Amino acid sequence: MFLISCPFCGEREQSEFKAGGEAHIVRPKQPTELSDDEWAEYLFMRKNIKGIQYERWNHIHGCRKWFNIIRDTSNDQIKAVYKMGEKPPVK
Amino acid sequence: MKKKYSIFSLVKNAFSYHENWEKAWKDPVPKKEYDTVIIGGGGHGLATAYYLAKKHNLKNIAVLEKGWIGGGNTGRNTTIIRSNYLWDASAGLYDHALKIWEGLSQELNYNVMFSQRGVMNLAHNLQDVRDLKRRTHANRLNGIDAVYLNTEEVKKFCPIINTSPDIRYPVLGGTLQKRAGTARHDAVAWGYARGADELGVDIIQNCEVKGIKRNGDRVEGIETTKGFIKTNKIGVVAAGHSSVIANMAGLRLPLESKPLQALVSEPVKPIIDTVVMSNAVHAYVSQSDKGELVIGAGTDDYVSYSQKGSHDIVEGTLNAILELYPIFSRMRMLRQWGGIVDICPDASPIISKTSIKGLYFNCGWGTGGFKATPGSGDLFAHTIANDEPHKLNAAFNLNRFVSGDLVDEHGAAAVAH
Repeated sequence: MFLISCPFCGEREQSEFKAGGEAHIVRPKQPTELSDDEWAEYLFMRKNIKGIQYERWNHIHGCRKWFNIIRDTSNDQIKAVYKMGEKPPVK
Repeated sequence: MKKKYSIFSLVKNAFSYHENWEKAWKDPVPKKEYDTVIIGGGGHGLATAYYLAKKHNLKNIAVLEKGWIGGGNTGRNTTIIRSNYLWDASAGLYDHALKIWEGLSQELNYNVMFSQRGVMNLAHNLQDVRDLKRRTHANRLNGIDAVYLNTEEVKKFCPIINTSPDIRYPVLGGTLQKRAGTARHDAVAWGYARGADELGVDIIQNCEVKGIKRNGDRVEGIETTKGFIKTNKIGVVAAGHSSVIANMAGLRLPLESKPLQALVSEPVKPIIDTVVMSNAVHAYVSQSDKGELVIGAGTDDYVSYSQKGSHDIVEGTLNAILELYPIFSRMRMLRQWGGIVDICPDASPIISKTSIKGLYFNCGWGTGGFKATPGSGDLFAHTIANDEPHKLNAAFNLNRFVSGDLVDEHGAAAVAH
């Protein structure tokens, strides 16, 4: 259980949000030209980091907007929150 | 040779106040080199080492455990054992394990308290009814015992369930696997540890892996908190930390690690003599031999290694428990905890070789690995010893995420992901 600062609504309980997994996975521009290995890499393989992870969240029981957070997955502490399309802040 | 556990040894040791029992496993200092190293001293890892030594005659094996034996997910799960999975590949895998469970206490000379008290899976809506009937038919075609029960039969088998039609999610029926049940989770780890130790396996506790040394496309050894260990075969059975080990070897896995919670109540007299699971409302409950209700909750939807889950997950599960079992409304909960589970996109495990020679992974068991412990160890040992999978785990290779030949068991996994 932890609190998340939605960049649009402010600090709310984590239960108001939906986790969207690892951030900054870029959808391939030409999916038809990918090999099966590359497609599997894009679709299934994850860093699943223990430590500082960049991830997407959606304030699903609030403004319903997507944004990014940087979180330490070993203790659930949030290091930074930034909007979609923004460059991650340098720690 | 270890002394056999029996009623006589129990009586004999009673006279010395149980202070002279021989140690179940040694506490060795790691050697410089092993033929095979298993990373992870949980049930699956210890079973792997045990079967490597026992069935494949391998010597010079070590199991590295970063904590203590039985302190990870082996000691954190809700101990449910069943094999009523949908697809042929899963049915083969989980029923293989169930068959080993049936003789495990005798084989290990260690009472794992395997109790075939039956597992019931409830249906709460029309789609549940259709899915569970389909699964019952699929199970029977695969030789797995399964019956479909209507609401009255559910009530008869477990009288404390509220089968009133006016609850929020009424019970419309359910499946029953009578050979399914529970076992004592710690005993499984301890029994395999004792068995593996007797066969000459070095069980090294408090030894955390810090790095995997590679030479091109093959492994050469492991950096640990107790020094470097040379080996050319590594079996990784690290559950929630599988990706952490994979990252050390420069490998990526299709896993996400999430907290899964469970809780137990204060002990009470026998009230529920089976295991009841409900996928739709997400509640499952059984009663331990000590009398505690053992309740499983769902996973959180975010990646975390913190072994803590969210309160709302527990609250949701307890809401469902209370609606299904109003009799528990004044029960007090004793303990609550979380374990980190490694979840695959298709809710099926990976027991596989990798692109790196000598590196094998047994992971992705997600929310339901305990039931497979003996079978998983047996098949992973086969895979490591022969450098190719057994036919029962061939479908559970890492390459299925490339080929697309997934084994989708989200329905049978019975825990919301």
